[in-house]
Amino acid sequence: MSATLAPAGPTFAELARGFLRACFSGPLNIAITLACLALLVAVVPPLLRWAVLDATWSGNAAACREAGGACWAFVREKFWFSIFGLYPYEERWRPGTMIAILVAMVLASCQRRFWNRWLMLAWLVAAPAMLVLMAGGVFGLPAVATRQWGGLTITGIIAVYGLALGYPLAIMLALGRRSELPLVRWFSTAIIECVRGVPLISLLFMAAIMLPLFLPEGVTLDRLARVLVAYTLFTAAYMAEVVRGGLQAMPRGQYEAADALGLSYAKKMRLVILPQALAITIPSQVNTFIGLFKDTTLVVVIGVFDFFTTLRAALGDPNWLGFPTEAYVFAATVYFVLCFAMSRYSQRLETTFRPGQR
Amino acid sequence: MMWKGIAAAAAAMIAFAPVAAEAGRDLDQIKQRGTLRCGVQGPSNPGFGVPDSQGRWQGFNVEICRAIAITIFNDPTKVEFVPVTTQSRFPALSSGEVDVLSNNTTWTLTRDSAVNRFNFPAITFYDGQAIMVPRRLNVTSARQLNGATVCVQPGTTTELNIADFFRANNLRFTPVVIADLDEIRRAYDSGRCDVFTNDFAALAAQRTLLTRPADHVILPERLSKEPLAVTIRQGDEELTNIVAWTTFALIDAEEMGITQANVEQIAASATNPVIRRLLGVEGNMGESIGAARADYARTIIRTFGNYGEIFERHLGTNTPLGLERGMNNIWTRGGLLYAPPAR
Repeated sequence: MSATLAPAGPTFAELARGFLRACFSGPLNIAITLACLALLVAVVPPLLRWAVLDATWSGNAAACREAGGACWAFVREKFWFSIFGLYPYEERWRPGTMIAILVAMVLASCQRRFWNRWLMLAWLVAAPAMLVLMAGGVFGLPAVATRQWGGLTITGIIAVYGLALGYPLAIMLALGRRSELPLVRWFSTAIIECVRGVPLISLLFMAAIMLPLFLPEGVTLDRLARVLVAYTLFTAAYMAEVVRGGLQAMPRGQYEAADALGLSYAKKMRLVILPQALAITIPSQVNTFIGLFKDTTLVVVIGVFDFFTTLRAALGDPNWLGFPTEAYVFAATVYFVLCFAMSRYSQRLETTFRPGQR
Repeated sequence: MMWKGIAAAAAAMIAFAPVAAEAGRDLDQIKQRGTLRCGVQGPSNPGFGVPDSQGRWQGFNVEICRAIAITIFNDPTKVEFVPVTTQSRFPALSSGEVDVLSNNTTWTLTRDSAVNRFNFPAITFYDGQAIMVPRRLNVTSARQLNGATVCVQPGTTTELNIADFFRANNLRFTPVVIADLDEIRRAYDSGRCDVFTNDFAALAAQRTLLTRPADHVILPERLSKEPLAVTIRQGDEELTNIVAWTTFALIDAEEMGITQANVEQIAASATNPVIRRLLGVEGNMGESIGAARADYARTIIRTFGNYGEIFERHLGTNTPLGLERGMNNIWTRGGLLYAPPAR
């Protein structure tokens, strides 16, 4: 039977013995182990006392100050505010529904078996539908200006829409930069270098504050739209260089073989080059994605209340002054969970696309 | 920092941008849009403007904006609050992203000049650099602080003001320079320095974060003048009048003893013509400043109360901030609040 033929893994006792041997082999390792243990003893009990034993889970600020530990009651009080931000209280079901759809769509998009025309179609329907649900003004939904959108909702919108719109643009820019047509090549290079050459924060500032000054009288472009355009461009410029790296890593033979088969440029790219180029750049793509996701916090400079800013706004509540640590721990946890999920997913993609190369 | 440079560049460009000067242009735009766009300090400013757990803006500056909306629309809900930062507030106002700033902006000459083209119709709060000391020092005046250890942030006007103050009064002090405000608070709380100095309202907010807030007093001296005013663009006399007379109505009402509780009763029974005119019982004072209704002040007082009531609700001694009225009291009670009469 196969089960008995498979080599038995090391038992727990063997593992433990190996670990101990590694920790206490030689004076240097013994010293390091002891130092680590001392550090743990110094850090863990106070942390545990603060975060759990002395913590307050419900009640008000006075109860928190009384107990002296972490004030998780504050996070609990501000939890929904951190999700929905300044969105009108009575209408909170709308961003709630939107987040549910967004999460469902993103999760579905992560499943390879759904990668077909229907998913594309679903996005084409869902993406505008979600924005309509948020904005209202039709179907009897009260209109809610985008300046009132906030919290994790707006972080999700900027990240998902920006990255989703920026990705195809990035591929086009990358292909354009390697194009043999000089005009296309110059244009793509100019966009990439110009956008990449300035900090995101200044792009946002230009989009939000400077742009209205240059627009003709009476013409207004929604602030969120301006932010999305800036963020999408930034995403595209950065991702384009990652994709270009993948394109350049392809052996020349791949291009020549595709040409020899008589494939058109579009087919050559779509069927031969891009699938391989994108697959080998997954780690750096995800790296850029995670970086860009965290950059969404910069929208605060132009007064957009993203998740992080919403929590900072909650810190100013006169009834709950003085719990910044709890808010930042909560924010860090949420960002970590989301980024870690992206990282794990990328590892799964790598094994799917490049079995045997890991 | 990059964005300060950008803000400066934006401000420079605004200086050359053509600004139409005909009166009432901004007000017309506000009326046409149907809402007042009010810039408030983001992410939050305890007591002055902060979103509550339900995402509704609350605070002193917020209610000033709602009061202006009553004057313009007879409806306190017709306000869109736009959070602005200290970097983005002026570009936001210049570009028309907001109609008014109600975010603790200090009225200064440069800002009021032909270069920046802002207008400050009325002061809503008198702030200024103040000094906090532990109660156990038994100090009642900053002039008794000879030899004190002072925690300051390097390179700030706060640092310069305190140095000037001590030198002008022939006092010695030992500076403890700490860059971060939270660090300064901890240093002060643990007794590393005797003096914690900052603008009065900010200092009061910091006091709430100390281990024992009641053990610390803010001394009466003010080391700088920070008159905080609602800010608008230059060139709209009607909007200037509306902002000014909304603020004046709040102050006049307090001076005359008109409160949220008694406003209707006073309106019905008052014989004093000044009160009758302020509340719109007689005359057309409201209309002459461009308000939606003659009794705009009465609606404001009925909705939010007078200046003192708004102050006490958000900043006063019964709130966590615990601010004394001090300079922000009616002139008849030793403060600086002095509004022209509704006549």
